[in-house]
Amino acid sequence: MKQSADRQILIRDVCKEYDGEIALDHFELYVRKGEFLTLLGPSGCGKTTTLRILGGFEFPSSGRVWMEGQDITGMPPHKRKINTIFQKYALFPHMNVFDNIAFGLKVQKKTRKEIDSKVGEMLELVGLTGYGKRNIEQLSGGQQQRVAIARALANEPRVLLLDEPLGALDLKLRKEMHIELKRMQQRLGITFVYVTHDQEEALTMSDTIVVMRKGKIQQIGTPLDIYNEPKNVFVAEFIGESNILPGVMHEDCLVSFSGRRFPCVDRGFARDEPVDVVIRPEDIQLVAPEEGMISGEVLNVVFMGVHYEMQIQSGPFVFLVQSTMKEEKGRSVGMKVPPDGIHIMRKDALS
Amino acid sequence: MNLVKKAFLTFILVFLYAPIFVLIVYSFNESRSMAHWTGFSLQWYRALLQDTTIMSALLVTVSVAVVASLVSTVIGTFAAIGINVMTKKVRIAVEFITNIPVVNPDIVTGISLMLLFIFFRITLSYTTLLVSHITFCIPYVILSVMPKLSQMRDQTYEAALDLGATPLYAVYKVVLPEIKPGIMTGAILAFTLSLDDFVVSLFTRQGVQTLSTLIYSMARRGINPKINALSAMMFVAVLGLLLIVNLRTDRNS
Repeated sequence: MKQSADRQILIRDVCKEYDGEIALDHFELYVRKGEFLTLLGPSGCGKTTTLRILGGFEFPSSGRVWMEGQDITGMPPHKRKINTIFQKYALFPHMNVFDNIAFGLKVQKKTRKEIDSKVGEMLELVGLTGYGKRNIEQLSGGQQQRVAIARALANEPRVLLLDEPLGALDLKLRKEMHIELKRMQQRLGITFVYVTHDQEEALTMSDTIVVMRKGKIQQIGTPLDIYNEPKNVFVAEFIGESNILPGVMHEDCLVSFSGRRFPCVDRGFARDEPVDVVIRPEDIQLVAPEEGMISGEVLNVVFMGVHYEMQIQSGPFVFLVQSTMKEEKGRSVGMKVPPDGIHIMRKDALS
Repeated sequence: MNLVKKAFLTFILVFLYAPIFVLIVYSFNESRSMAHWTGFSLQWYRALLQDTTIMSALLVTVSVAVVASLVSTVIGTFAAIGINVMTKKVRIAVEFITNIPVVNPDIVTGISLMLLFIFFRITLSYTTLLVSHITFCIPYVILSVMPKLSQMRDQTYEAALDLGATPLYAVYKVVLPEIKPGIMTGAILAFTLSLDDFVVSLFTRQGVQTLSTLIYSMARRGINPKINALSAMMFVAVLGLLLIVNLRTDRNS
């Protein structure tokens, strides 16, 4: 099979069924060498199934998987140059930290010296130098996570699979790990395939995000693409918060919704095509009622730390608006949306 | 209230241990009588050790218990590992089938094994006794190992495969150490079950005696104080074994 050099992993027309339930539906994806790719979606979207097929723990019902030009569809996990970081770390509780990290090296029959130096190097990489003799139960969740990372990386995999690895950590630790994982990935140049349902995690770390739903890909793109140009209502709602309104595209760069026309930046729609309009809450500017494009009444205000989140009733629609400036509840306000704050989606892009 | 609790506890302990206590005391009695204490003596112990019939029955009992518990532990452990990875429906069915012998009355197990041997024209002997003991021990081993397996995270085994271990190496290095406490419990359970089995042994052997079958046949001719001595020794041996096991598990946890 010919494939371009930078396509390290290629998934072709893969279906997976469990007792008649479809987990993956004619799934197609390639992963470029050295990229940080995130499979993002709600539970049951097929993201973990995809990861388990890559790891060799599940086999597709149909379709093929290729890695570096080799068909690995039916290859058992221990023969793949792929390692996994499991959701709950799956450390070996009867072994200490050193033996956990050394497990893969011992399987490969490395010499004592090689093992010692590699484990030392890995402990340093994850910031646990001196922890080799500790028992697994003596470690905190964050430390166990680091041991799991060190254990997987000690095998020098060409691809690292991560199955919601930060799910069990608290928020602060999770944010630290986002930065650290990204740093490790860039330093080691290993391809990361990351599974999560947390959109913030996906946005901060990924080179490429694959949004999935019901075994199908909804959208593939950079975090910026996915956030700014969601392809359909599902993606727009799943990534960040948004106002989604029905509208009509009159001509290039002219859309109407909420009873008036707005200039926008989208092109290539049919004349008077019905569309979905997405406006991110931070793209709405609050102004005096007479200056606004739309006017409304503030229903409630919630302080969110950096900004205030307000619900504003305009006709039948309630807009979600984020602003650093507070408006009083019950007050009439005007809302302004710049042309590039309006994003148009085709109705039929919904799947 | 506290007094009632203590009295109740004392009553239960007395109820449980008084017979054994009496038996041990009278094993040191000088006379044959179980009714009169005539003085301290070790003569029944001496007689016991010189009685070749009892000693050979002891050898049979202990050797069967050792071999049967080892073999059934190996078979039962691997059976449990296999059952654990079956699909849910099959697993429930197989677990149900393996549990039936546990609730089956011993006499049914014993007679059906005997009939099976006769059907295949196998002469009853030490070997058939051993095979029977292995058979009735296996379900107990499976029963002790299964909970440990379901406690173990599925991903632990997968993690070993992921790191390059073959399935066999993963079982040996990761799964077996994880379920070791269950295996130990199963082995001890099998050992004690085999040691004090009477009913199954009665039907599945010929030409050899286990302690239980021997004592049964001796008791028909009246209680011999040698049996008191033997029972006392067995009680102490089992107590010792139990203490060792409990101390070990205490230290591990």
